[in-house]
Amino acid sequence: MQKITLPMNEATRLSLHAGDRLLLSGVIYTGRDAAHQRMVDALKKHEEPPFAYDGSLIYYTGPSPAKPGRPIGACGPTSSYRMDPFAIELMPAGLKIMLGKGPRGKAFRDALVKQSAVYLVVTGGIGALLSKRVLAAATKSYPDLGAEAVYRLEVVDFPAVVAYDAHGANLYGDIDE
Amino acid sequence: MNVIARDRLVAEVARIVEEANIDLDGKAVACLKASLLKERNELAKGILEEIVLNQEIARNERIPICQDTGVAVFFVELGNDVKLEFDLEAALNEAVAIAYTDGFLRKSMVRHPLDRVNTKDNTPAVIHVKTVMGSALRIRFAPKGAGSENMSKIAMLTPADGFAGIVKFVVDTVKAAGGRPCPPIVLGIGIGGTFEKAAVIAKEALLRELDDEAILPRDRELEEALYQAVNATNVGPMGLSGDTTCLAVKVNSYPCHIASLPVAVNIQCHAARHKELIL
Repeated sequence: MQKITLPMNEATRLSLHAGDRLLLSGVIYTGRDAAHQRMVDALKKHEEPPFAYDGSLIYYTGPSPAKPGRPIGACGPTSSYRMDPFAIELMPAGLKIMLGKGPRGKAFRDALVKQSAVYLVVTGGIGALLSKRVLAAATKSYPDLGAEAVYRLEVVDFPAVVAYDAHGANLYGDIDE
Repeated sequence: MNVIARDRLVAEVARIVEEANIDLDGKAVACLKASLLKERNELAKGILEEIVLNQEIARNERIPICQDTGVAVFFVELGNDVKLEFDLEAALNEAVAIAYTDGFLRKSMVRHPLDRVNTKDNTPAVIHVKTVMGSALRIRFAPKGAGSENMSKIAMLTPADGFAGIVKFVVDTVKAAGGRPCPPIVLGIGIGGTFEKAAVIAKEALLRELDDEAILPRDRELEEALYQAVNATNVGPMGLSGDTTCLAVKVNSYPCHIASLPVAVNIQCHAARHKELIL
């Protein structure tokens, strides 16, 4: 297990290899379908992004509501492939570290290699366990989206595996084709 | 005559809705633990260990097993000797709204597939009601997550496709889904009936006990063949390879037209959540 701090610089990003098991700590941001649509709309209109993309990790999740006294509810990953068309547009804007679950399409993988980006995965359906690795959570942008808003999370030892690295290696193989 | 009060029904249903999301059924846990003993791939073992640990944390600390607390799906069997002096569907929806709001469960329903505005209480539920003889009201509930639901498929095969055609369609569906539906999965297979009947009995198959087997010998044979074929795909936990692609296969069948062989494959993620209530 390799300890990684977020945000992450380019050298660290490029040093990751498919199959590496990571423990992530630091600040990450969440966003899923609806938030991605807004992020792409903002990019096209030359508006401010919801957070600084360079070095940041976006985690595809829509947490369940936090119970009193807890920072967050269950917060496992959602299926990443739905974010493919948005991610292809956001990678050139600097959003090059993504965390979700499951394989992604060929167009995304080609764009990822071109942008030297990385795609990490975490086990789906373990939202209760993962909620224990979140120290703090706050709404960062698009609060009207509820569970789909962009949240700023402070995480510690959040488990992840490198699925696609910046050099084209792919832990899933091409079973999805 | 079994007269059921509305307040009691709403309270009892709200309780099983919340519990289903927090307390994974013991038979599902047993399946996961059994698969951990058989799995040979190290990464896959690590994933299965996380899944087993997660459901313990969920139960002990009352956190949902998964943040996707699903669409509320009910299968209701209404006895002819049960008297309800209220709108059953409205009462079930009220129970869902209470459980998802007070239980801090995620509200995932949008009011129209294209408007996509959240209804904010996870209603409406999807409700299937069947009338039966007797004085009992049986309510089965499953919160159905979208990750696995989105990978489900239906095919209108021809009679000539037969047993082998069904196996091929199911295996192709599982392979195409890969890691997306959060394997190890449970497969609800509906064969026969019509286009919609196959889908409904496939969903109902997912509410069967994980350690039961089909009543009809032919369906049992299909369950066994599919279990072996799916676990030979090497999709593995979360699609990252391994021996454990499915935990169980449940086949429900129904008579069908001389020209038809409908096959519905409803995929369930490893969090095979469901609860039952008899009033």
